[in-house]
Amino acid sequence: MLNQNSIWRYLLVVVVMAVSFIYALPNIYPSDPSLQINATRGAEVSNDVIATIEKELKAKNIQSKSVVLHEGQVLARFLNTEDQLKAREVVENVLGDKFVTALNLAPATPEWMDAIGAAPMKLGLDLRGGVHFLMEIDMKTALDKNINDLSQAYRTDLRDAKVRYRSVTADLPKQAVILTFRNPEDAKAAQKTLSEKDRDMVFTEGPDNSLVATFSPAKLKSLREDAVSQNITIIRNRVNAIGVAEPLVQRQGAERIVVQLPGVQDTARAKEILGATATLEFRMVDESADVASAVAGRIPPSSQLFYDRAGNPVVLQKRIMLTGNHIVGANASFDEYSRPQVNIDLDSKGGNSFSLATKDAIGKSMATVFIEYKPTNRKDAEGKTILEKKEEVVSVATIQARLGRSFRITGLDAPGEAQNLAVLLRAGALIAPIQIVEERTIGPSLGQENIDLGMNAILWGMIAVVAFMAFYYKWFGMVANIALACNVVLLVGMIAMIPGATLTLPGMAGILLTVGMAVDANVLINERIREELANGRSAMQAIHEGYDRAFATIADSNITTLLVALILFGVGTGPVKGFAVTLTLGILTSIFTAVVITRLIVNAVWGKRRGAELPI
Amino acid sequence: MRLFTYKHALNFMKYKWHAIIFSTILVLGSLFSLFTKGLNLGLDFTGGTVIEVEFNQQANLDKVRAALGENGFHDAQVQYFGSSQDVMIRIAPRAGVEQKVIGQQILSAINSVAESPVTVKKVDVVGSAVGDELKEDGFLAVLASLVGILIYVAARFEWRFSVGAVASLLHDVIITLGVFSVTGKEFDLTVLAAILALIGYSINDTIVVFDRIRETFRKMRDLSTDESVNEAITTTLSRTTMTSFTTALTLMVLYAIGGAMINGFAFALLFGIAIGTYSSIFVASALAVILGASREDLMPTVIEKEGADTPSI
Repeated sequence: MLNQNSIWRYLLVVVVMAVSFIYALPNIYPSDPSLQINATRGAEVSNDVIATIEKELKAKNIQSKSVVLHEGQVLARFLNTEDQLKAREVVENVLGDKFVTALNLAPATPEWMDAIGAAPMKLGLDLRGGVHFLMEIDMKTALDKNINDLSQAYRTDLRDAKVRYRSVTADLPKQAVILTFRNPEDAKAAQKTLSEKDRDMVFTEGPDNSLVATFSPAKLKSLREDAVSQNITIIRNRVNAIGVAEPLVQRQGAERIVVQLPGVQDTARAKEILGATATLEFRMVDESADVASAVAGRIPPSSQLFYDRAGNPVVLQKRIMLTGNHIVGANASFDEYSRPQVNIDLDSKGGNSFSLATKDAIGKSMATVFIEYKPTNRKDAEGKTILEKKEEVVSVATIQARLGRSFRITGLDAPGEAQNLAVLLRAGALIAPIQIVEERTIGPSLGQENIDLGMNAILWGMIAVVAFMAFYYKWFGMVANIALACNVVLLVGMIAMIPGATLTLPGMAGILLTVGMAVDANVLINERIREELANGRSAMQAIHEGYDRAFATIADSNITTLLVALILFGVGTGPVKGFAVTLTLGILTSIFTAVVITRLIVNAVWGKRRGAELPI
Repeated sequence: MRLFTYKHALNFMKYKWHAIIFSTILVLGSLFSLFTKGLNLGLDFTGGTVIEVEFNQQANLDKVRAALGENGFHDAQVQYFGSSQDVMIRIAPRAGVEQKVIGQQILSAINSVAESPVTVKKVDVVGSAVGDELKEDGFLAVLASLVGILIYVAARFEWRFSVGAVASLLHDVIITLGVFSVTGKEFDLTVLAAILALIGYSINDTIVVFDRIRETFRKMRDLSTDESVNEAITTTLSRTTMTSFTTALTLMVLYAIGGAMINGFAFALLFGIAIGTYSSIFVASALAVILGASREDLMPTVIEKEGADTPSI
């Protein structure tokens, strides 16, 4: 029997549509401008905090929709963004710096939707406003640092192994360590010693009893990966410090990181926090040196002159006891006399070398040097901004005992100072400096404007198409229109369901484009049915042939567009990626709705008609 | 309702040489403009700074330009963006000056001539290295799309048809780019996306026509090549134009009310689909015929009906 569909097929379509309808539903609930309040160290979000916030808002005459405890944080909803911004100021003032307050748009979906994970579509920055940064990791500086560290380590290793060497130098342009020896035997012994210790380096013999050590490809790759993942972790921590709801920190390509901060308008502050790249070094204070003569330029050869934040000079030994990348944790607290302190945890390698370095240094002073790489106005030959190294002594402390993997810095003046130092120490683990290569700020008014534009275009575009189809193909056009409505519901539901899919303005254009293309399939089918009817077939046969024969053409057209959409997904960034996503999903959903759903309806209504008449 | 009901096939092939010459002129003109004038590349590709601000009253562009000039931004492009209160300022990347500073300098310059402080709607700063990379990636994406389509069409048709299809595709892309070059419309990342979408979309009409040519060759053996092609184009004329029309309908709406950001995107697709419909009717088939496509080439291959071996739903 032609045009017969099993009941299961109808059921399947009904289930698919019902599920996507439920997941598309949250989008019709408007989001509330809200504040998200998180506790930082020591503090806890409790009902007292809520009471304080409510009292203060009332006192300042700011109307809130609700203030509730939600997943360990306070969520305060407001009627409009104006109240939201005012409330932020008020809340920040009353709660102080123990809490981080972030602006957010909280979906106002009913609880049962939350429970099944139905949430509105995630909006891209162009629709909700915010800042977008593209940061680039300066791999060269990171590799240079590694080479320098290695050449130091080789000297120590060779000395320990009693292998005599003439020189060990770091060749930065070649990214290699060059070792020279007096005779071939020493060179061989050195190669044996060093390669046993460190299998990541490739040793090649050079002229005049020299050895050239370079990174193996695997090592280079892992250095790069480490630099990226470490930077991402650090940036995440910093972003959390800024107080942003739903930030995005994501790798892009080999050496870049995308940071998106929805709702953030104060770019300068965000950049300051994100852009500063920091490393940390512990050095012994050279107590034998005279500070005054050092300032005058007479510095002992093994020492170096530094300044602290207030501009006071400090003479430190050149030898670095420990670098910041061995720090695994740092936090501020209070010691047994209620004085501020910073607790520091090191990794095992760092703990060992620190324990060795401090063994004979009890009672002596140790300085913590904070090093930042800040972009300058100069550019190198490749057009990249040259980074300037800025060193600053952030603390000088007396070593009380031999230090191991966990130790603390005491003698700090204020809790705030301890807090700052802890943040600096945590950030100190950065191994490769980063810089901002792209920055986009979208004001909140533009975001809303874009949403309105996009929604209007989709609405009127659909009205135009629906009217045309009804006019040109009569009842068969109406069937296509039903499929079109299903397509939009399905598409919205899928974008909402798929994690990582965000809606952007070009994405909205993509939805509208797929609306236009979805009815193309119905045009192909209907034209074919008309042709079959014109060739004298019965309605039943015409429908059967029309759908069957048009399918190859529909598949063709969708395969080619899908191919291009995938390429676009690979190349595109931000808003354009959003377009690729909606286009790809739209093609898939439109095949389902325009072919499967319309056929079920057409079969059910006209499928058995034996005459040659169809309302097409 | 029904358009395009013809009793006899229209004689499209009579105009095949006209079409080829017309298209060749358009393509050469576009290429000439592309090579001499080039594209007005957007910030995404050039790098630099773009600031969009909203004035509280009608903005005086000359004043804004003068104020920017005084601050050393003689090269600033200042233009209305959407309305006479919205102004877009674009500045090329500068060597040796930090981009952040530029943004602040521009804002204070604008505020000095505005009656009340302006609202900043958008600030984009793109490094020139990023722009260069995107240019390269974009070019590669277009190339990859074309090659992908070429492989797809080559697998589906005989070589003369593949050449015709890909040539008509190139024709569409080059002329669309040419229009952007001649009119000086800004070519940004969304326009590139539109060009790629166009490549995927434009090939479809051509495939529909080619499928029908193959079918006609098989069914109507007493027709000449030209007559077969005419027959095929005429019978598919309705769907070729209607599918383009429904898509164009949505794009027209997008072009009219989608806003300035999406304007170039809608324009590129709209124009591309129009030229694509023309080329799939005239250029693609005409080229295949001129290259010598004939019934004999298609007969030995396994004949595919649309969906003949596809299970029905």
